[in-house]
Amino acid sequence: MIAEYFKRHAQTLVFTLGRLYQRPVATGLTVLVIGITLALPAGLHLVIQNINAVGYSWEGTLNASLFLADSTDESRARQIASEIRARESVRGTTYISRQQALEEFQALSGFGEALELLEENPLPAVIVVQFKTTQSPEVIDAVMREISDLPDVVQAKLDHQWLDRLFAILATVQRAAVLIAGLLGVAVVLTVGNTIRLDIENRRDEIVIMKLVGASDAFVRRPFLYTGFWYGLLGGVTALILLGIGVGLMAGPAGQLAALYQSSFVISGLGFGRSLLLLVLGIGLGWFGAAWTVARHLGAIVPR
Amino acid sequence: MGDIVYLHRVSKRYPGGHDALNDVTLTLEQGEMAFLTGHSGAGKSTLLKLIALIERPSRGQVVVNNQNIAQVRRHQVARYRRNVGVIFQNFNLLNDRTVFDNVALPLVIRGETRDTIARRVRAALDTVGLLDKERQYPMVLSGGEQQRVGIARAIVAKPPLILADEPTGNLDPALSAEIMELFQRFNEVGVSLLIATHDVELIRSMPYREIALQSGQVLDRAAAAPFESGGAS
Repeated sequence: MIAEYFKRHAQTLVFTLGRLYQRPVATGLTVLVIGITLALPAGLHLVIQNINAVGYSWEGTLNASLFLADSTDESRARQIASEIRARESVRGTTYISRQQALEEFQALSGFGEALELLEENPLPAVIVVQFKTTQSPEVIDAVMREISDLPDVVQAKLDHQWLDRLFAILATVQRAAVLIAGLLGVAVVLTVGNTIRLDIENRRDEIVIMKLVGASDAFVRRPFLYTGFWYGLLGGVTALILLGIGVGLMAGPAGQLAALYQSSFVISGLGFGRSLLLLVLGIGLGWFGAAWTVARHLGAIVPR
Repeated sequence: MGDIVYLHRVSKRYPGGHDALNDVTLTLEQGEMAFLTGHSGAGKSTLLKLIALIERPSRGQVVVNNQNIAQVRRHQVARYRRNVGVIFQNFNLLNDRTVFDNVALPLVIRGETRDTIARRVRAALDTVGLLDKERQYPMVLSGGEQQRVGIARAIVAKPPLILADEPTGNLDPALSAEIMELFQRFNEVGVSLLIATHDVELIRSMPYREIALQSGQVLDRAAAAPFESGGAS
């Protein structure tokens, strides 16, 4: 009995797919619209995710600059540098003496001649601290607090303000993406709903006949719900294909960009879990769109 | 017991004030076959619709198969209709499905197994003489053949009562006589039939009761009950 029940549902599933297949152009267009609508927010999500990944990979190569007091002599400075280097989270340190800083500044800034007018070298000695990759922000913050308290250190500056800004912008964009995804989800529901509504109109006679020979509402409803299921599934598959093409097209330029920054960054797609989630979401929206339309329109069709 | 259809003082007024049926009382016995006659607009179709629960009466009682249809709730209507086979003047077939699938519809709705469906559909098609057409689509069949598909669909689930609304309305006399013969054969195996028709010529030669309607009322009250029981109850 239960086996028979599932068999009947499976039959309806195959039957509705067959009906969609009989109208390939109309079905294809609807599926494409749903696919694009699903691919847009998913694509936006991918963009944010990849920029985030780039940001984190840069955060892994964070540098901090320790500005030393002018009274600190070179041997003391080198001692501080080696002490810091001994820390677990630090990859390396570079000591830049006041003289080196001045030479660098003269060479790079173009203010060389102006500096020569000054009686004294205005630049402090600097220890550049490179943190190891894969350090959490908390660890880095703790180390920063400790080393800025060292007696000869005037100021310790972590060079990640722009990263904070980037992440703040990304968080804003992410919020916008959620809103857009919500709206586009509604669009999928409306697209499926409208298609099913036309389908119901076209099958009005058929529905009347089925009801006349004793079909229950559930029986009449079922093929339309499964049609919604198919639209959602096929739309989801289309979206995955579109995203795959998009990632493929972006991979080349993104790789070149990454190479310019000596980064090993590789553009990433949705992955298995989230691809599955996209399909489930598509099916859910398709089913919901169909159920909503059927509830509104099927009851109005009664035999006369 | 005894009556498969019993209408007691039934009236039907459509929205707008048109009285389709006015104080109709009639019975159809278990296993009886009777004709419902009258001009178009006399209320024949409305009467059949009340019995098939396509419409609800404005007043009065309709009892079918010992069930008062006033007690059939909206969600039970589908189940109720499965006990009544209905045949239409315009056949009402699904043109995008084969003859087999059309006839199978009432069984599919009931959730019968594939084997049962195949067996009973072929039996029904055999009865109406269309066994060789099961793979064809209704549009390629003649009017008489299409109506026989409709009849096969009405009988395939073996309902105790069959209603036919002008089943020969679109057919020529020879085909009409064939259809009537089919109905007689069903009646012989115990099926009750109520057949609405305006084709008086055709039925006068047949030994069945005729219930004449005029302007929503039974013309001859004596004919509203079976011959045996003698007069209106």
